Amino acid sequence: MNKALAPKVESTKFDAEAIRKDFPILQREVNGRPLIYLDNGATAQKPKSVIDTIDRYYRDQNSNIHRGVHHLSQLATQAYEDARETVRLFINADHDYEVLFTRGTTDSINLVASSWGRRFLEPGDEVVISTMEHHSNIVPWQMICDERKAILKVIPIHESGELDMAAFQSLLGDRTRMVAIAHVSNSLGTINPVEDVIRMSHKHGALVLLDGAQCVPHMRVDVKALDVDFYAFSGHKIFGPTGVGILYGKEDLLNNMPPYQGGGDMIKKVTFEKTTYNTLPHKFEAGTPNIVGGIGLAAAIDYVSQFEPRALADHEQDLLDYATEKLQQIPGLKIIGTAEHKASVISFIIEGQHPFDIGTLLDQQGIAVRTGHHCTQPLMDYYHIPGTVRASFAMYNTRADVDVLVAALKRALEMLS
Amino acid sequence: MEINRLQDEIVEEFELFDQWMDKYEYIIDLGKKLPLIDSTFKDEQHLIPGCQSQVWLHAEMQEGRVNFTADSDAVITKGIIALLVRVLSGQKPEEIATSDLYFIDRIGLKEHLSPTRSNGLVSMVGQLKTIGKNLSKAH
Repeated sequence: MNKALAPKVESTKFDAEAIRKDFPILQREVNGRPLIYLDNGATAQKPKSVIDTIDRYYRDQNSNIHRGVHHLSQLATQAYEDARETVRLFINADHDYEVLFTRGTTDSINLVASSWGRRFLEPGDEVVISTMEHHSNIVPWQMICDERKAILKVIPIHESGELDMAAFQSLLGDRTRMVAIAHVSNSLGTINPVEDVIRMSHKHGALVLLDGAQCVPHMRVDVKALDVDFYAFSGHKIFGPTGVGILYGKEDLLNNMPPYQGGGDMIKKVTFEKTTYNTLPHKFEAGTPNIVGGIGLAAAIDYVSQFEPRALADHEQDLLDYATEKLQQIPGLKIIGTAEHKASVISFIIEGQHPFDIGTLLDQQGIAVRTGHHCTQPLMDYYHIPGTVRASFAMYNTRADVDVLVAALKRALEMLS
Repeated sequence: MEINRLQDEIVEEFELFDQWMDKYEYIIDLGKKLPLIDSTFKDEQHLIPGCQSQVWLHAEMQEGRVNFTADSDAVITKGIIALLVRVLSGQKPEEIATSDLYFIDRIGLKEHLSPTRSNGLVSMVGQLKTIGKNLSKAH
């Protein structure tokens, strides 16, 4: 990342209380109470360094990239390409051109489904997803399978919210071309055994796309060690801006895929008879990109990277364990998703209560949680529930937040009973 | 206009609550008391889907006035429905069609009628007005 743009952050020991101070929004009140933000699975809050980077970009560097010979354009281009390098290092990709900027996880998955699918899916080929997928990792595959007369198969899950790996094994076959699953489930928090999924899929010659939207805020991902073919995630869930995301793809695969969208930046030469396309990564980045988004995302990655991954994971595991223990003491409360390996996400239902009512009464007490089906309707159908209340934690949450949540929940239940 | 008189009445009642809890306890209470919609109407045809909570709505014309019953799977949504029933049920179709439901805002429940809540209430009010409009044309 460009030194001129990136705020300098010193390496520090993990301290959630100190971290809170980096996030201006956490100082505000909601409905007359201090905000307790437990909807990090939907979007995470932004540290001051990200906000400042965005502000500084528009004040000092704003210009279009890859075009101008003038000073500002070069500054902006440099910052944007430095941001790509920051992302590359973060996920340990071999080359910066394997890192594509997109609008977000949804856009990344659509890019692969559409571009790879149109070129490589033949009638009768199979794409495998799982029961716990977000709609963003279901619908793009349904669309392309429909178009290419391919077959969509779904890995069942156990009641605990873990993939049925034996069933997955039996779904893999000669016609399996793509396996697309969540690294971490947004509704349940389950951390899927992606190493096994990748190994088993590759044995059958199938590619693997991981939806990493819910994973990257919580743990480090090494695409090379995983040997994953495609990896998608969003900027806004990892403390960066909205409207920007990443698609990592292996060089050979990306080179063999046709462009996703046509327009500026993705071309080498255009005549009315024929257009030749630009090389990676620009082939897949038509039009003026979300420049400040990319630069802001790099600032967010710089911010997260200052923390020792183990310390961050320990803190979040402590929150998860503490919240699980406290919530389980509430009569009638049932946690949905009890996998052995979970990210700091807790979905629950309460006997006889509608998630919407709970969410409304928590909001009145300044607590932000998500209620509903979390864009995973097939998963809710599996559990025969209309939705859940979901508390999803980030590194700036504390045990005190959990205590407030539990007290507010008890109060809500008194009111509803 | 009868509708506005009823709205003012509700606004006055809510002025008594200075705590959010009292207000919501009242709404929850209303929700629990609301007579359930006739079960034959609790079907796909009468369903107004919402992302968060669902609403069932049935309206019928009786002696020039629209009577409606409704239900929801969430009790707070149901409580707000009870207030809407109180204001709009039994009114003339043309008055329903042109009504300005300001009481929701005045009693501090505006957010429940915003599209982001996606609790079925916005669509329900829209549908009620459409029913009012259609019936006033028919009669």
